[in-house]
Amino acid sequence: MIVFERPKALADVKLHYCPGCTHGIIHRLVAEAIDELGIEGRTIGIAPVGCSVFAYNYFNCDMVEAAHGRAPAVATGVKRANPDNIVFTYQGDGDLAAIGTAETVHSAARGENITIIFVNNAIYGMTGGQMAPTTLPGQVTQTSPYGRKVESVGYPLRVCELLSNVTGATYLERVAVNDVKNVRNAKRAIQKAFHYQMEGKGFSLIEVLSTCPTNWGLTPDKALKWLEENMIPYYPLGVYKDKYAEEAGK
Amino acid sequence: MADKVLMKGNEALAEAAIMAGCRHYFGYPITPQTEVAAYLSKRMPQIGGTFLQAESEIAAINMVIGVASAGKRVMTSSSSPGISLKSEGLSYLAGCDLPALVVNVQRGGPGLGGIQPSQSDYFQATRGAGHGDFHMLVLAPASVQEMASLVFKGFDLADKYRMTTMILADGTMGQMMEPVSLDMGEVQSYDKSWAVTGTQGKRRHNIVNSLSLLPEELEQWNIARYERYHTIEENETMVEKFMADDAEIVVVAFGVAARVARNAIVAAREKGIKAGLIRPITLWPFPKKQLRDAAKHAKAFVSVELSMGQMIEDVELSIRCARPVLLCSRVGGMIPTPEEVLAKIEEAARTGGDEA
Repeated sequence: MIVFERPKALADVKLHYCPGCTHGIIHRLVAEAIDELGIEGRTIGIAPVGCSVFAYNYFNCDMVEAAHGRAPAVATGVKRANPDNIVFTYQGDGDLAAIGTAETVHSAARGENITIIFVNNAIYGMTGGQMAPTTLPGQVTQTSPYGRKVESVGYPLRVCELLSNVTGATYLERVAVNDVKNVRNAKRAIQKAFHYQMEGKGFSLIEVLSTCPTNWGLTPDKALKWLEENMIPYYPLGVYKDKYAEEAGK
Repeated sequence: MADKVLMKGNEALAEAAIMAGCRHYFGYPITPQTEVAAYLSKRMPQIGGTFLQAESEIAAINMVIGVASAGKRVMTSSSSPGISLKSEGLSYLAGCDLPALVVNVQRGGPGLGGIQPSQSDYFQATRGAGHGDFHMLVLAPASVQEMASLVFKGFDLADKYRMTTMILADGTMGQMMEPVSLDMGEVQSYDKSWAVTGTQGKRRHNIVNSLSLLPEELEQWNIARYERYHTIEENETMVEKFMADDAEIVVVAFGVAARVARNAIVAAREKGIKAGLIRPITLWPFPKKQLRDAAKHAKAFVSVELSMGQMIEDVELSIRCARPVLLCSRVGGMIPTPEEVLAKIEEAARTGGDEA
């Protein structure tokens, strides 16, 4: 009896991610959601620029590789061209919350019927660990070697909180993949976001707190602990907006 | 023969896009091409199409990339400063081998510049539309009729060669009204099996992408693209000639400058000067061969431009500097008068271009 197998939406290839990086878990959760909803044949994914740039090789659905930060605009075009497609973007924090801030906010404002998987690991990974818009105060990175000084470079952006004020957004939830309970909850949120899109309910963004052991300079297990002790207090988990749950009085 | 209707250039262009099967338009307000967006914001909802005013030119061109990736005809339009913002997307369109139609109704620059007609984005359109080795098909209309017919043809060329067609117009072409026939003929269809439409579980996934970290592979992608460009240079170059076959003074001009030049050429002929016009309709590919042939009987060339002298470099390169090339130019939104062009033709005839 098979008790654990690779989701069908995930290609049978070796991922390039560093040991202990949680991108692999998040890829799996997205693929499981696609499998369980039976939508692989009509799903289009938009890959970002960043560590997950090669996501186009890892998902078995049709894929487009967007310019840095522009995935929500590309997704808008794909969705408007074929509204029956299920369209998701998979973006990191530099991509979504720095260079692509306008595309993120305005795709939410338009209520584009797309799903954004936002992977927040508080650092630019692919380019070697520079300060991100989500790098925590005091956090040491390659470009904040003395720790992020909020007096000169300001504070990290809390994307879910920011977008919760955007009327056009439908569903915003922050989850984490640092332990089994949170992973299961993350899967539920991702599936719900896709389900909303299938029902034509509009813009969803699931922010997933993720680790970067390599650039944080921590072992994989210590990175999970660091996420729990440092990221979750600054980026509280939970539902920031769920228009349909609110309307149903839940 | 279909009836002609009186239309503004920008509106004729927009209607021709619809006739070419374009059902998706993304734009951002900028003078002097606003009529394109205004017209399509009315028309697209009537025919089940998408008109979307994006949050920026950058977003608009990336929405174009999305629709093009999905295999459908798509257009954006802007004016000079907005095209600069689109340049990232133009490079990605080329790198992904996606067909799209992009309109630049040029205004004077650099910077915010002005809002009056200009041709000073010639280098940008033919050489520097974005990073990396690539070309766009660049079509230059010189009448409201061509604002329509070159859009229709431009969509075909874009699909045929999987690349961007740019309509390089100027404020004059966009704003003026002329009678136009919208009898455009049949819309061709092209294989788009590469597009992202969903695998339906029946095929391997399609990937639209411009990234390769393998230098050997990326080199081959570039070489293959340039082989396609070579085919285009051989087969798609378009010019209009006016009194050019025996011309000793060959005027080269496109768009509104070509219209001014025609009047000057008629006046020069009346004065006994054998002047003629070669009007490039395709700025890329540039009509090198036609100019080389003209150099056999020409004493000198005159490049008439609404720029500080950009196309003149292509004229000189085309004829390998075998004849003098004089520049007649106005910039900043100014347009040369027929008298100014005539004076330059006379100078060329008098000196053989020796003073150039």
